[in-house]
Amino acid sequence: MKRPNGDELQKPGYDIPDELKGSVVVTTLNRLYNWGRRNSVWPMMFGLACCAIEMIATAASRYDLARFGMEVMRPSPRQSDVMIVSGTVTKRMAPLIVRLYNQMPMPKYVIAMGACASGGGPFKEGYNVVSGVDKLIPVDVYIPGCPPTPEALLFGLMKLQQKIEKQSFREVYTKPDYIPEPVLGPDLMDPRDYPKIREYTQKKLEALQQQAAQAAQG
Amino acid sequence: MAQPAVAASDLEARFSDILTPDTRKGYEGYIVKPEGLLAFAKALRDEYGYDYLSSVTGVDYLPNDMMEVVYHAYKITGGPPLVFKVQVPRDNPVVPSVTSIWPGADFQEREAWDLLGIRFEGHPNLRRILLWEGFWGHPLRKDWREPYYEGEHKPFKQRTSGPHFWHEDHSPFGKNVDYPPGFDPYTWEPETADQILYESVVQRTRKPEQEELHSEQVVVNLGPQHPSTHGVFRMIATLDGETVVALEPVMGYLHRNHEKIGERNTWIMNIPYTDRLDYITAMSNNFGYVLAVEKLMGLEPPERAQYLRVIMAELTRIVNHMWAIGFLLNDLGAFFTPALYAIEERELILDIFEAASGSRMMNNYMRFGGVVRDIPEDAWDMLVKLVTDRLPRKIDELDRFLTHNEIIKSRCLGVGVLTPEQAIALSTAGPVLRASGVPYDVRRAEPYGIYDRFDFEVAVRYHGDVYDRYLIRIDEMRQSLRILEQAIRDIPERGAPILAGKPQYQVRVPAGEAYGRVEGPKGELGFYVVSTGKANPWRYHVRAPSFINLTALEAMSIGNKVADLVVILGSIDIVLGEVDR
Repeated sequence: MKRPNGDELQKPGYDIPDELKGSVVVTTLNRLYNWGRRNSVWPMMFGLACCAIEMIATAASRYDLARFGMEVMRPSPRQSDVMIVSGTVTKRMAPLIVRLYNQMPMPKYVIAMGACASGGGPFKEGYNVVSGVDKLIPVDVYIPGCPPTPEALLFGLMKLQQKIEKQSFREVYTKPDYIPEPVLGPDLMDPRDYPKIREYTQKKLEALQQQAAQAAQG
Repeated sequence: MAQPAVAASDLEARFSDILTPDTRKGYEGYIVKPEGLLAFAKALRDEYGYDYLSSVTGVDYLPNDMMEVVYHAYKITGGPPLVFKVQVPRDNPVVPSVTSIWPGADFQEREAWDLLGIRFEGHPNLRRILLWEGFWGHPLRKDWREPYYEGEHKPFKQRTSGPHFWHEDHSPFGKNVDYPPGFDPYTWEPETADQILYESVVQRTRKPEQEELHSEQVVVNLGPQHPSTHGVFRMIATLDGETVVALEPVMGYLHRNHEKIGERNTWIMNIPYTDRLDYITAMSNNFGYVLAVEKLMGLEPPERAQYLRVIMAELTRIVNHMWAIGFLLNDLGAFFTPALYAIEERELILDIFEAASGSRMMNNYMRFGGVVRDIPEDAWDMLVKLVTDRLPRKIDELDRFLTHNEIIKSRCLGVGVLTPEQAIALSTAGPVLRASGVPYDVRRAEPYGIYDRFDFEVAVRYHGDVYDRYLIRIDEMRQSLRILEQAIRDIPERGAPILAGKPQYQVRVPAGEAYGRVEGPKGELGFYVVSTGKANPWRYHVRAPSFINLTALEAMSIGNKVADLVVILGSIDIVLGEVDR
């Protein structure tokens, strides 16, 4: 279906009587709806690491997140619109992050705050670190910095508002994709990767056996 | 009390069959045979007065094919440590557990088992602590390599020359994962780890007669995503009605592998990593680490740098205690309003940090032999004003608003009591220890830097409950202001050197070991570093006060109501970056 552009909706195609001018606003339902949506984005009260401290500082009086309608931090994922992943995502925490994401209602957004959440940051090489939360769940806005200053976080949130503004409300309430929770095995395992993991470990085992056989011969 | 020198020679004669002095160059203390460890430790605690076990950690000496467990024991009355070590073969590292003598070794031994695979015989609960049950291998062993392995030393080759690549492209999964040969994911039962955990908590309080009575205890899980766990921390509590009968802290949700990464970093590259340990008190962490390395290098920072360090460390203490009090009140239900007052002051101090170091939180300010930059003049004026005028007023204001508040008193008085004996035995440190009536402060017990020059009192309170742990933070802020005032008065003029020698990227650190400790805002922060004379540390261990203070959480919580759990946790004041490292 062809979507009307903004200009068409500004001009409804008939004359507005003079007495009504100034007291009537003609806009699209979409714009009205998104205007409300983008100004009351409720973040989840979810702190992982250092960036969470800056997130709290952003919510405090000097930077005042309330100006954006975002001060209502919800401890429950079922009441929140945006998950600010504020800190290093570890393998041990990964299943829980995916579970929290799955529990959020649509439309939901994810902000990767800081270097760690965006790509592993200074801890990328660590054995218990997931190199970026986008390896687990889709991310809408990435904020660089270690940690990002409150100003940077505010800028990221404004970018999210811009994104929300451009969306069509008919499309954001689709049924969410369920992301299977990773499993903690000998290492972090994505259930969708199981066949690949088995193939890989079998190959490794065969290589080892071959080596052992060669060593026995030589 | 016996002098250390006398005690030492006495020790050698008495335990000549199990004790040999550590004669390696740059090392100190004794090497104890594993079979004699328990008798030695018992004598040390009961007869020689070393009743406070500060740090237990392991080192993997791969070239010598041995594992070493290093203990640092102190007298609670002050003075230098007694260092002793146990050496065991790498293929079967078994050491008797000292938890029966110093219960504070509990978590530290579990950590050594988890990361190094050293088995502690007789430990009541030897399970993994930072990683999960079923993890493949013991990662701090020198021959264990992570999936993103690049090389033994930084800077890695590919980052400085040669073809550049993404790690992800080298992994068959495009991720930071690896699996053991022959492993079949379809036969893996992911629930086992949690079951073991719950069972172990339930087992501790299960009595046979209860089974007959069918009186059921409830196991409650709090966290890791919980608004009052100060990050990603998890507690498993067994409740009898509403009373806590057993509690198991579960951690590792923010285990970021500081120690493994730290062993590949060059010495100086670790300074910014220490910022991220306890991310509220970055300056203090810097101080501890540079102190440990300076001990090895034999460096003495110039006067002005010494004063700048003290100023920054004490400002950090105020930041931390403000934050701690604000969020303790949060846990008590005064949601965010007291925290807003506290954060306001924190912002003003962070402005000074930002002016001096360039960053609000991750300061990366200290260097081996000094500090990296002088504090700008306008920031200095701000600092003087803040310390002499605003902060004393604000601390008084906080005191006036909170201390005699009816609700705070009724929720905090007599809750979460820790006796002095428990506090010492469980190796707690900092405000937790001093609120229990033990006036132990590293700044006094074993002065570092120039702390011996300042006139201040070691704050101490005697009830050991949540209320005293709150009060002691107010006291400590006042003492910090006292130190700051003296430091501002006595600091050498601007223009005096702030760094010994030239600034350099690569420092020469002679072979040996060193344990540097500072009185961080949360307690004794220690860094145990081992150098082999190369560009990077062989071992880099952090004795994290938040982590070890958690050992006392169960002792504090038992007998209290479940609703007080979050308050008790808030009064310990943990930061997960430091707990999990």
